[in-house]
Amino acid sequence: MTSTSDQSSRKADGAIEGVFRAEWGRLLALLVSRTRRLDLAEDALSEAFARASERWPEKGVPANPPGWLYATAYRAIIGQLRTEAVAGRKAPLLAVRPDWEPASDTSDELPDERLQLILLCCHPALPPVARSALALRLVMETPTEQIARLFLVSTATMAARLTRAKRKIVLAGIPLARPVGEELQARLDEVCRTIYLAFTAGYTPGEGPDLLRADLAGEAVSLAALLHQLVPDAAQVRAMLALLQLQHSRRDARQQKGRLITLADQDRSLWRRDEIRTGLDLVASLVPTEGYAEELRLQALIAAEHAIAPTAAATDWTAIARHYASLEARTASPVVRLNRAVAVAEAFGPRAAFPLLDGLDDTLPGNHRVASIRADLALRAGDIELARASYRAAIDLCSNDIERDHLNARLDTLQTAAPSTS
Amino acid sequence: MKYFVLLAGYGELPAWDDLTAEEQEAQMAQLGAFYEACAARPGVEMLSQAPLGDGSMATTLRTRGGEVIITDGPFAEAAEQIGGFYLLDAPDLDTVIELCKVLPAYDIDIRPVLEEG
Repeated sequence: MTSTSDQSSRKADGAIEGVFRAEWGRLLALLVSRTRRLDLAEDALSEAFARASERWPEKGVPANPPGWLYATAYRAIIGQLRTEAVAGRKAPLLAVRPDWEPASDTSDELPDERLQLILLCCHPALPPVARSALALRLVMETPTEQIARLFLVSTATMAARLTRAKRKIVLAGIPLARPVGEELQARLDEVCRTIYLAFTAGYTPGEGPDLLRADLAGEAVSLAALLHQLVPDAAQVRAMLALLQLQHSRRDARQQKGRLITLADQDRSLWRRDEIRTGLDLVASLVPTEGYAEELRLQALIAAEHAIAPTAAATDWTAIARHYASLEARTASPVVRLNRAVAVAEAFGPRAAFPLLDGLDDTLPGNHRVASIRADLALRAGDIELARASYRAAIDLCSNDIERDHLNARLDTLQTAAPSTS
Repeated sequence: MKYFVLLAGYGELPAWDDLTAEEQEAQMAQLGAFYEACAARPGVEMLSQAPLGDGSMATTLRTRGGEVIITDGPFAEAAEQIGGFYLLDAPDLDTVIELCKVLPAYDIDIRPVLEEG
């Protein structure tokens, strides 16, 4: 008896879990689209999932779980709207027929409004820091405390940020829109920037066990994959997904015993081969284009060069340096120039790269990487004095404990290796 | 929803007084086009609108320690260029943004009007 009940309970839990991940974004998007009340929809859907986890283990999983969840949440929103109306409160956003009944047969008949929900979360009228957090919360159902961990802020801070953004969407009347043509492309560019920001946040060094948060960067990759599935022809989305998959495939090799491992020193057998293949297939489908899509394509090409190199020494740095030059010509970004300098040094030797560092101390003030790369190049060019001075400059500027330890270690080796020159 | 659209600054455009007569006429034509675009758009209604005197005509009242202090305005340098406002009824923010692109390239602040509960 007990075992039967346990089994049915486990089955129900599994069903809820499965529906949760697969259907949350879809159901929420649909509820927002039908009721235009993001504030009510999120609570109503959470409530419906909570009721499901109570009822289903006892009464069994309904024939159409998403349809049940949708109908339950929808009724709760309509009930709330009626309460507002009775209380004399206007509900100006109410654009539904309260008698509208959802189809309750198969989930395939629920329209997919997730692209619209993603665009809503990444609306330019919302603060950039809130956009990706909101997209992860509402579309992927990533828990708030996890999003807070991703961005290295407290849960309270992140919760407040999400609440403010949702409040603005409702009060400022930001719609669940269906932009087309150039407008859609511009909005998708913004979405890609937003998702990329969330992804890189996962690899921004934090403290202790949270040195890297690759699992949460993975949430951003999943969001990118979903977006690609929704708009398969969008060039910027395809390029971004390729880039993210290739970078993310290295996650297991990026840290060891609490220390960051640079690309050159990574154990390449830890790279996820299946993900690299998927990424390379996407890269192969990219064609030269314009705008942000082209910037992402060039970055994906660079990531692909690293991914196909069997060893660090076998990397085609000439190709990478060429891609960085194209990227710099498009973006005029000093960070791109810095990376280009590294590639040029690998391809053509450290002396060819020094001129590229000129002026970067001014355009990237306070960035320790300019000094640390100059130090690395100087060391390789045999200029120990410059190397030592540059490491010291980098250590002064570096604000991250782990990276500073790394730089100190480099400086120490240098002093042990060549004590007579100091 | 109701939206308050504030023409908050000239942006990259020259100040009104620095425009030639033709340029002023062209901007007036754009303001007229905005009016027509609003009228033509289903669900949009212009409830009110007015040009405002510039910062040199502003008077600022501040109450400090219970005392009302009257000074030459405007209250902040950023408010110097406020040129006028529109009060629109529109279905959503995207509609208002799209309509505002018809206006001369001013800096514009769009605020929802909060309805009393």
